[in-house]
Amino acid sequence: MTPRPRRVLGAAVARGWLLVLLLLVWEAAARRAGDLYFPPPTRIVRTMRELWWSGPPSRLWLSEQAVDDFVPSLARLLLGWALAGVAGVVVGVGIGLSRVAFHLADPVLQFGRAVPPPALIPFFMVVFGLGTSMHLAVVVFGAVWPVLLNTADGVRSVEPLHLDSARVCGLGGWARLRYVVLPAAAPRIFTGLRVALGFALILVVVAELMGSGDGIGARLNAAEREFRPDRLWAGIVLLGAVGCVLNALFLLVERRVLAWHRGARRMST
Amino acid sequence: MLDITGLSHRYEDGHQAVEGVELHVDRGELVSIVGPSGCGKSTLLRCVAGLQRPSAGRISVAGRAVDGVPDDLAVVFQDYTRSLFPWLTVRDNVALPLRRRGLARAERRARALDALAQVGLDATAGKHPWQLSGGMQQRVAIARALAYRPALLLMDEPFGSVDAQTREDLEDLLLAVRGGAGHQGGAGHRGGAGHRRGAGHQGGAGTTILLVTHDIDESVYVADRVVVLTGAPGRVHSDLPVDLPAPRDQIGTRALPAFVRLRTEVGRAVRRP
Repeated sequence: MTPRPRRVLGAAVARGWLLVLLLLVWEAAARRAGDLYFPPPTRIVRTMRELWWSGPPSRLWLSEQAVDDFVPSLARLLLGWALAGVAGVVVGVGIGLSRVAFHLADPVLQFGRAVPPPALIPFFMVVFGLGTSMHLAVVVFGAVWPVLLNTADGVRSVEPLHLDSARVCGLGGWARLRYVVLPAAAPRIFTGLRVALGFALILVVVAELMGSGDGIGARLNAAEREFRPDRLWAGIVLLGAVGCVLNALFLLVERRVLAWHRGARRMST
Repeated sequence: MLDITGLSHRYEDGHQAVEGVELHVDRGELVSIVGPSGCGKSTLLRCVAGLQRPSAGRISVAGRAVDGVPDDLAVVFQDYTRSLFPWLTVRDNVALPLRRRGLARAERRARALDALAQVGLDATAGKHPWQLSGGMQQRVAIARALAYRPALLLMDEPFGSVDAQTREDLEDLLLAVRGGAGHQGGAGHRGGAGHRRGAGHQGGAGTTILLVTHDIDESVYVADRVVVLTGAPGRVHSDLPVDLPAPRDQIGTRALPAFVRLRTEVGRAVRRP
C-alpha cells in the first residue's frame, strides 16, 4: 500500500494536469502575443495580489480594497440566497402539500420563473434606488424559483407509503413535516438550493454592474473606465473562484446532511 | 376488540374491493385473512387502520368507531423499504411512534432499544435501515410496532418480500413475541434473544393481531383463526378455527395431521369461492 500523501498527490495530478497544461499554454501564448487585452495568467495574479492581497497579515493579507469589494458583494449574495431559500422552502412546502394550491399556483410560477430576472433590474432601480435593497431584490427574485419549484415537487412526490406510515405512527401537522415530509423532500430542496446559489452569484454581479457604488461588479465597471484589462481579468478570475468555492462548500454540507440519501441510493442499485 | 359490520368499499374507478364483510375478533386473538389476489384483503386492512374511509359499513376498535387512525394501533406493511424512514436511524425509526404515547425522549429511546432487543437487532440501533438486509428491515418494522405496544396490530403481507428462510424465521418471531412459541423464537436463530423480556409483557399476549397473507400455510401456521375471503368483491367465505397445539414449530407443526387438514380446507376455500 502506498503511503497516503503520495496517493493524494497522485490523485491531484490525475485530476489537475489539464488545468495546469491550459494555464501554461495560456501563459506562453499571451506572452508571445503581448496583447494588452489578453494578459498572461501571472500578470492577472499579480494584479489580483496588488488589488486585494496586499494587506497586513493581521487581516489575512486582505487589502482595504478587498474588504470594500468582497464584503458588499458576498453579503448581498449570501443574504439574498438565504432569503430566497427560506421563502422558496416555505412557499414550496405550502404549495406542495395542497393539490389545489399547486394547480392554482402552477401557471403563476411558470410565468414568474420564465421572466429573466435582469429584466427587472430597471424596475427594481425605480422602486429601491441604487442601493443594496435593489441588489437583494434581484438576487431573491432570481434565486427563489429553483428552490420553490424543487421543494414543491419534492413535497408532492413523497412516497405514499411513507405518508401512510407517518399517519399510522400518529404523526400529524408539524411532526409530520419535521420527520417525514421535509426529510423526504430534502434531496430536491438541496438541488434547488445549489442551482439558486449559482443564480445568486450571476445576479449579484449583473445587478452591481448595472448600478452600484461598491462590490465586485462596481470594481469591474471601474476597471473598464480606467482601461485596465488586467483588472477586468482579475475580477473575472475572482468571480470564477468565488463560484467554485461556494459550490464546494455547499457540496460539503449537502454530503453531510444527505448522507442517508447517498447511502440508500447506493444500496438500491 | 375489533368489530366489522357490513363493510363495503368501492374505489373511485368503480372497482368494488370488498362487499358486506362481517368480522368479529376477540382481544388477544391472532386472525389471518387469506383469499385470492385482488379480493380486497389490503383494502379491508386499510379501512381498519383508518387510512381509508369505507363506502359503507361500520368498524369499531375497542368499542370506538374508526374515524381516522385509531390510537392504540400499529401497522406492519409489506414494503419495508418504503415504510421505514431511510433518513432516520433504526432506533429513531422504532422510537418515532412513541411520541404519540407522550413519552419523554429518554424513555422513547429505552423502549425502542427494548423492542429491538426483542427482535434480536439491538446491535444495529445506530445504523440506517438501508444498511440492513430485507429480513432485518422487516424485523425493524416489527420492532417499531412492538415498541408501541398496540392493542391492535395489523400486518399487511408482512413477510411477502423476504426469502423463504427469512419468512419462516419471521413467522416464528411473531409467534415468539406473542408468547405462543416457547423457546425457539425466530430471534433466537440470530442469537440476539438474550435480552428479550418475558414476551407476554411487551405487546405480547394482550395484543390482537390481524394478519393479511396470500400464503395458505402461513395463515394456518401462525393463527388462532383463519378467515377466507372470496374473490373480488371480497366477502367472508369461511371462518376456520385453528386448534394446533403450542408451541408450534416449522417442522413439527407442519407435519401434524391437523395442520395438513386445515391447510387443505383453507386451500379449497381459497380456490373454490
